[in-house]
Amino acid sequence: MKLPIYMDNHATTPVDPRVFKAMIPYFTDTFGNAASRNHSFGWVAEDAVEKARKQVAELIGATAKEIVFTSGATESDNLALKGVAEMYAEKGNHIITAATEHKAILDTCKRLEKEGYKVTYLPVETNGLVDLDKLRAAMTDKTILVSIMYANNEIGVLQPVAEISKIAKERGALFHTDATQAIGKVPVDVIKDGIDLASISAHKMYGPKGVGALYVRRRNPRVQLTAQMDGGGHERGMRSGTLNVPGIVGLGEACAIAKAEMSEEIKRMSYLRDKLKARLMSSLDEVYINGTMEHRLPNNLNISFAYVEGESLLMGINEIAVSSGSACTSATLEPSYVLKALGAGDDLAHSSIRFGLGRFNTEEEVDYVAAKVIDVVQKLRELSPLYEMHKEGIDLTKVQWTAH
Amino acid sequence: MAYSDKVLDHYNNPRNVGSFDKKDPNVGTGMVGAPECGDVMKLQVKVNPATGIIEDAKFKTFGCGSAIASSSLATEWLRGKTVDEALAIKNTDIVNELSLPPVKIHCSVLAEDAIKAAIDDYKKKSENVGVESKAHA
Ligand SMILES: Cc1ncc(COP(=O)(O)O)c(C=O)c1O
Ligand code: FES
Repeated sequence: MKLPIYMDNHATTPVDPRVFKAMIPYFTDTFGNAASRNHSFGWVAEDAVEKARKQVAELIGATAKEIVFTSGATESDNLALKGVAEMYAEKGNHIITAATEHKAILDTCKRLEKEGYKVTYLPVETNGLVDLDKLRAAMTDKTILVSIMYANNEIGVLQPVAEISKIAKERGALFHTDATQAIGKVPVDVIKDGIDLASISAHKMYGPKGVGALYVRRRNPRVQLTAQMDGGGHERGMRSGTLNVPGIVGLGEACAIAKAEMSEEIKRMSYLRDKLKARLMSSLDEVYINGTMEHRLPNNLNISFAYVEGESLLMGINEIAVSSGSACTSATLEPSYVLKALGAGDDLAHSSIRFGLGRFNTEEEVDYVAAKVIDVVQKLRELSPLYEMHKEGIDLTKVQWTAH
Repeated sequence: MAYSDKVLDHYNNPRNVGSFDKKDPNVGTGMVGAPECGDVMKLQVKVNPATGIIEDAKFKTFGCGSAIASSSLATEWLRGKTVDEALAIKNTDIVNELSLPPVKIHCSVLAEDAIKAAIDDYKKKSENVGVESKAHA
């Protein structure tokens, strides 16, 4: 076993060596521009792009023509929201999303609000899921788009997308999902799930950084978008810019591998994740899981070790790469807005750790991580005035703190 | 973020961790911060009433590594100082000693506040000798 151990696979994943191998020729030998229509360099590149387009489509039950390549999920989210808002502006000006979305969605919505659109940010329940009745109540005749993520990047909870899309459609709105964390990890089917637009990123699924895709439905209904980038009219006019051929080949290969290996990988991830969870929870008191375990990515564990501050915990396990929702780890000194949205209290957000397991983690690593975390949490609790007070039976919520 | 060697040293070998009896008339307790803010520091001094010298100091901290290091360092500095010398410790002294980056300055401010609160508590107690002091929590 080698240190450091990487267990932050929601932030990014390593490129699978098979993906890397598939990409290599497209840097040096077959480096053509996929838009060059009059020589073999261009044709070879175009063939590679079209093969990748098919691989991406097949993973999500789409057709190749419905895949638009982008620079990643941030761009896909921007294109989906701004592109739909602009295209359907005559039909309505209202968009519904959720408080726990990624910043690529939330900040795009803020921008649209400045331009005069109305945005509803649905709260989530304590389990992290959107309440469907609240969604129904928020829908109006002016609602053109509902955008709810498939899987959350911090707590891994899976939203009931099939039901959400049904509600959107009943009122004639389109349904977009930021599926960055879900695609390649759990089965996503644009037909069964009723998805009109979906954002995809390669680097979250063992592909390279800086490439992704937007699924744009072509039938029932045919979704139209106003391009947000002007130029050569690539990607059927929806996204101009010379295609990143090696990156796209990598995304395609990553999708093909995910499709072939998903059912095995889900089993392996759940086994490792559940083992980690069981070890931590049996050895430590006062640990809380953030978000429902019932509807969750198999590789995610987000857990709060009460009375221990997250950054100090990360410091003690410094040869393990994970992340924390603690304010002390963020530039803004604000704790995770996702955990805050669960309503569990800021103190638990400060104490949270996100474990993101991945394809290359081993059982030996999981055992090591569990033992190390248990050891450091125990040490820090010895240092914690809050743990001491808890042990003395003091109700911390009743204490008059001197906030500063 | 990279931590300075001194922060790492205090984090790995925190000095003077623990608690004194809050009700001891010679003990001053300062508890500052709030769990919702992600930092709570408890700092205690034990003063020799005859000399006014801090004979011992202890801390417990819920907070980042810099907050732990700031309070650990504070207990080292407090020992052997008079109550008035202790009040002269400034957060900037802690920042300099630990080479804290700008985002961690508030951790040192918390330590200074904790020192002041502990001394304050001790002074209040010694003014009302004989009177049961109010538990500080
Ligand atoms: C849910 C979600 N959406 C969007 C993004 C942004 O993806 P990208 O890095 O490809 O722009 C991420 C990655 O951080 C994510 O987790
Ligand atoms: S206690 Fe939050 S940054 Fe130090």
